[in-house]
Amino acid sequence: MAQKPDIIDESGEKYKYGFTTDIEVESVPKGLSEDIIRLISAKKNEPEWLLERRLKAYRHWLTLKEPTWAKVSYDKINYQDLFYYAAPKQKVKPNSLNEVSSELLDTYNKLGIPLKEQEVLAGVVAVDAVFDSVSVATTYRAKLAEKGIIFCSISEAVQNHPDLVQKYLGSVVPYTDNFFACLNSAVFTDGSFVYIPKGVKSPMELSSYFRINAQNTGQFERTLIIAEEGSYVSYLEGCTAPRRDENQLHAAIVEIVVLDDAEVKYSTVQNWYPGDKDGKGGVYNFVTKRALCAGLRSKVSWTQVETGSSVTWKYPSCVLKGDYSSGEFYSVALTNNYQQADTGTKMIHIGAHTTSKIISKGISAGHSDQTYRGLVKVAKSALNARNYSQCDSLLIGPTCGSHTTPYIENANRSAVLEHEATTSKISEEQLFYLKSRGMKEEDAVGLIVNGFCKEVMQKLPMEFAIEASKLININLEGSVG
Amino acid sequence: MTYKKELLEIKNLHAGVEGKEIIKGLNLTINEGEVHAIMGPNGAGKSTLSHILTGKPGYVVSSGEILFHGKNLLDLKTEERALEGLFLMMQYPVEIEGVPMMTFLKYAMNAKRKYQGLEELDMSEFMKTVRKQASKLNISSEMLKRAINVGFSGGEKKRMETLQMALLNPDLAILDEADSGLDIDALKTVFLGINALLDGKKSLLIITHHDDLFEYVKPDFVHVFSDGKIIKSGDQTLAFTLEAKGYTDFINEAKC
Repeated sequence: MAQKPDIIDESGEKYKYGFTTDIEVESVPKGLSEDIIRLISAKKNEPEWLLERRLKAYRHWLTLKEPTWAKVSYDKINYQDLFYYAAPKQKVKPNSLNEVSSELLDTYNKLGIPLKEQEVLAGVVAVDAVFDSVSVATTYRAKLAEKGIIFCSISEAVQNHPDLVQKYLGSVVPYTDNFFACLNSAVFTDGSFVYIPKGVKSPMELSSYFRINAQNTGQFERTLIIAEEGSYVSYLEGCTAPRRDENQLHAAIVEIVVLDDAEVKYSTVQNWYPGDKDGKGGVYNFVTKRALCAGLRSKVSWTQVETGSSVTWKYPSCVLKGDYSSGEFYSVALTNNYQQADTGTKMIHIGAHTTSKIISKGISAGHSDQTYRGLVKVAKSALNARNYSQCDSLLIGPTCGSHTTPYIENANRSAVLEHEATTSKISEEQLFYLKSRGMKEEDAVGLIVNGFCKEVMQKLPMEFAIEASKLININLEGSVG
Repeated sequence: MTYKKELLEIKNLHAGVEGKEIIKGLNLTINEGEVHAIMGPNGAGKSTLSHILTGKPGYVVSSGEILFHGKNLLDLKTEERALEGLFLMMQYPVEIEGVPMMTFLKYAMNAKRKYQGLEELDMSEFMKTVRKQASKLNISSEMLKRAINVGFSGGEKKRMETLQMALLNPDLAILDEADSGLDIDALKTVFLGINALLDGKKSLLIITHHDDLFEYVKPDFVHVFSDGKIIKSGDQTLAFTLEAKGYTDFINEAKC
C-alpha cells in the first residue's frame, strides 16, 4: 500500500485530509443510464422492488431541471462524465474488522477514526465507515444488538431488514422531492441504517464516517434512522475527501423517522475538501436531510458545523407532524477563500403545540459567499405553534458576502413566531484587546469566532466539539492579516 | 546612587491619529522598578500615548523614537510588544461574547510562556495559579466562568485587568485612567492589588487625572502633561500642588 503523505502541499494548503489512498477499485462504467442503475442494483444483489424504485426515480429525474434558485454559482455538472459506483476491492466481504484490508484501516486511522473497537473511545462511539460507494466497516454491532439496536450499512439493511427499509425508505424524502434527492434515489450506493426499538436509549453515540476517495466519482449516500416509540439516539456524521483539482459531487439523503416520545440528535461535522485558496476543486455538497416527527412529543435536533465543500446546498429540515413535537436546528457555517454556502433549514409545523428553534451562525471570510435560507411554515392545523429563529452573521475582511433570507408562511393566527438577525464584523477593539495580551492575530480571530459560535458548539457531543473548534481555527487560517 | 537600567525611552515623539498631531515632542525615560505618573487635563493626549506605546491600529508616529529593553518598539507588532513585557490596563476593557475568561487567560499565559521558551502550563497548575491571584483581588470563581468582561461592572473589569497583569507579569504596565469609574472601595482593591505586584523590577506608567490612587501606589515621578508634551516633572508633591491649583492655573503658570 502507498499513501501519499501530502498533508500540507507546496501551496501551503492546510486541508490535512487531502491525501488519497491507492487502493484497487471496482467501479461501473462512467455515465448514467437505466443499464448502469441495473448494474449497481445487481452488484448489490437488490430485491426487485428496490430496482423498480430506482428506475422510477431515474425516469422522473430525466424530466427535472437542476435548481438555480440558490445563491451559488458553479460550472455545469456533466452527469454523464461521472462514475456512479466505486468500491475498494476486497477479496472477500469482511465479516469482522479483522478482515478489513489494512489500506482501509490505515486510511481511517489517518483520518482520526480508528475502526478497531478497543481504540474507539472506550466504547462510547460506534462507527460505520463508508468509503466511496460502500460501507467498509461497522463497529460495536454485537453490543448494540443486545439492546435490539440495528446499526449497519443500508445495503445490509436491504438484505437483512427489507421490511423496515421498504416501509420507511423514501417516506420522509420522496424521490419527487427535488433534483438532487431524485438523483440520489436512483443511484444511491451505500450509507448507514439505524433502528432503535421501542423504549431503548442507545448506550453509545452512533457515528458514520464518509470518505470520498476515487476520482470523478459521485458519492450518493443514503442514511435512514428510525426511532421507535420512547427511544433515543445521538448520531454523528463526519466527512472528508482528498484534495483534487476537479470538483466532486456529493448528493446525499438523510431521512429520520421519530415516533411518539422518541428523540434523535443528529450532528454533522462536514469537512469535505473545500477547494484550494483560488477556488479550484472542492466538493459540491448538495444534500437533502429531513426528519419526520411523526408522533406525539417526538423530538429531533440537527446540529451542523459546516466548514468544508466548495459549494454547499443543504437545508436539514423538520416536519413536525405529531402534536407537541419539536424540532431544533443549530448551525455553524464557515466559508473562506472562494467557498459558497446556501444553507439553512425548514421547520414545517403541522401538529398542534409544535415548537421549533433555529440558531444559525454564519462566518464568512476571504472571497466567500454565504446565504442563510430558512423557512418556517405553520399549517392551518398547527394550533399554538411556536418558533424562535436567530441568525447571526460575522464577516471577516472586506471581500466576503453574507445574506439572510428567512421565509415565513403562517396559516394559523395562534402561532407565535420570532425572528432575530444580526450582522457584524470582527471588531478592531476586540482584536486589539486580545493582541495586547500577546495573542497572534490568527489565534485572536479563532477565539472570537469560537465565542461567536459557542451556543451551537455546546450542542455537539464533547469529543466532536473539540474537533469542530480546531477545524474552525484551521479553516480560518489565511483569512486575516 | 545605584545604576538603574533603562526600560523605556521615548525620544522627541510626535504622533497622532487621523492626520491630527496629538503628541508633540514627548521625552520620557522610565527605568526598571520606577513608578511614573502622567497627569493632565482631558484631551491632553494622555490616552493617545498609551495607544501609541501598544501599537493600536490608526495611531501613527510621525517622528521620534521609542526604545523598550533597548529594542525599537515601533518595529514590533502589538502582540510582540506584549510578549516583550509591555502591558496595558485598558480604560474601557472590551467585551467578547462566548469566550470564557479562563480560556482567554490560558491562551494569553501560554503565548507568553511559549515566547519565553517554557512549556505550556498544565491544567491543574494553571487553575491553581489563577485561583491564587484571583482570591487576592476578590474575584470569585463564578466571575472567571463568565465570558470576557461580559456583564462586568466597572470595578469588576478593572479587577480582571489587574488579574491579567498579575498573571502575565509584565516589565512595564501602563495604567490608562485605571481609576476612572471606580468607587472608593474598588479603587482601593485595584490599586492595593497593583501595589502588591511591584517587586522592585516592575515599572508602572500611570495615566490619570487625580491623585486619589497615590494613597495606594506611590509614584517616584510625576509628570504634568499638556498639549502633547510634558511641561513639568517632579516627585509626588507636584501632584499635590497640581490638585490644589487645578490644571488650568497650573498650566498657565508653567507657561509663564
